[in-house]
Amino acid sequence: MAFESLDRAAKQIVLTVQDYSIFAGNAFLNLFRPPIYWSEFLMQADIIGVGSAMIVLLSGFFTGGVLALQSAATLSAFGATGITGRFVSMSMIRELGPVLTGIMVSGRNASSMASELGSMVVTEQIDAMRALGVDPLRKLVTPRIFACISMLFFLTIVADAFGIFGGAAVTVFMNHQNATQYFSMAWEYLRYPDVLQGLVKPLFFGYIIASTGCFYGLRTTGGTQGVGRSTISAVVNSSVLIIFVDFLISQVMIELFAR
Amino acid sequence: MSEMPENNTQGAVAAVAAQQCPVLEFRNVSIAFDGPPVLEDVSFRVAPGETRILLGPAGVGKSVLLKLANGLLCPDEGNILLFGEEIAGMREEKLFPLRTRTGMVFQEGALFDSLTVRDNVAYQLIQEQVDDAEIDSRVREALSFVGLAETFSLFPSSLSGGMRRRVAIARALIHQPELIFYDSPTGGLDPVTSTTIIELVMKERDVYHVPSLIVTHRLQDAFMMCSHRYDAAQERMVPLPRGESHPTTTFLMLAEGRLIFDGSLHDLVHSEDPFVREFLE
Repeated sequence: MAFESLDRAAKQIVLTVQDYSIFAGNAFLNLFRPPIYWSEFLMQADIIGVGSAMIVLLSGFFTGGVLALQSAATLSAFGATGITGRFVSMSMIRELGPVLTGIMVSGRNASSMASELGSMVVTEQIDAMRALGVDPLRKLVTPRIFACISMLFFLTIVADAFGIFGGAAVTVFMNHQNATQYFSMAWEYLRYPDVLQGLVKPLFFGYIIASTGCFYGLRTTGGTQGVGRSTISAVVNSSVLIIFVDFLISQVMIELFAR
Repeated sequence: MSEMPENNTQGAVAAVAAQQCPVLEFRNVSIAFDGPPVLEDVSFRVAPGETRILLGPAGVGKSVLLKLANGLLCPDEGNILLFGEEIAGMREEKLFPLRTRTGMVFQEGALFDSLTVRDNVAYQLIQEQVDDAEIDSRVREALSFVGLAETFSLFPSSLSGGMRRRVAIARALIHQPELIFYDSPTGGLDPVTSTTIIELVMKERDVYHVPSLIVTHRLQDAFMMCSHRYDAAQERMVPLPRGESHPTTTFLMLAEGRLIFDGSLHDLVHSEDPFVREFLE
């Protein structure tokens, strides 16, 4: 009995991965095939980009601040508090900026995509769209993916910048260090591969957030309870996937640029 | 006695309609979802100009059958021919042009709640990038047809259940479909609103002669479709002479996933099948 349920669960996981791969693949190919719904793209870009700007800005700022606080405490043991700027900028740009932005946007937008599309499924709006001769994958999913990728790229830059400012605020006003030293350390040790690493990640994360949110939304079953389940699955899976893909990209980038 | 020749005439009209190339044909269609079959070995046809009323108790698979007919679901076995083209297993991209030739009214209307009534009704036209002025005029015409011209710029959330259903009918008709599917168009509505909806369905049948497949479990609606016709001059439905039934309106009945009846009103009311008898009584 236990083996049977284990077997069923394993098959279910494999089937979900297969369905997701086909779904995500088709949605990706649609990015390059007309028709592209530009008005939908702009609307989603506004919802994802402008709508998430404040939470990304604040989380970036305070994360930078916390980094400066914690690192300064540790670095002071070695008399190296002067390199706080380098520590904060490197951490934010290479790692925390993209991942934090990804997780914040996932919590806000993967959930909203899953619940919006899930509600459309249970009220037969998706079937109605198909019956009217419109492909929901092109009309609803592709613009969301396109908007999420492009907006996450810019949101990450915002998070990086405000993280560095947050670190500067803590360094100057709480640790009473020199702002010029902080910014020159933050800038001086930054290399192109670091920036590249930080800007490649959001492209993948944006794709993960939108495709996971739409995937779970469109496979909603079981009425309003099902919408809730889809929302949870979308947020949990996209967050885990973001951290996993972050690990893979970091490994590849470190190998590529040997740093 | 006097009913016999009339029934024969109706039967002859239905037979002629059935002989024409069908707009929709099911051949031994079966489908199951993680359990026993929902539909098993279902075969029937819808001829041009014909109105087929699909009866059956709730949960018997009527809506599933309708979704199969429009390619929204794919059968496990059997063939479905829509306008002569096999759609079972057809790729979604190839189905879209076929679906634009049909109209579908969903059980709860399935209006897009983020769009106005105008944009809902014009959805297909907007996708085809029809000129705005033409869209407005066609939407107003479609809304007038269902008697809701004043709802043009409202959102679906501000409409009653019956009004939503009528807007859904306007959306299904705006593209002048060659076949219409109605999924329980009167389900959950009060008797007065139900009669208004049935009158609209009848108007489409008798004024534009568009073939349709109507799913319902309400016998009174089904019998009204057979016993009345729409009089365009009087702009209302009128009863047919006593003993007569509409010649191109025929019945199908589902029970436990199987099609147990396919015939005219006369055949239905005289059926000896115990399930049919129980359902009618």
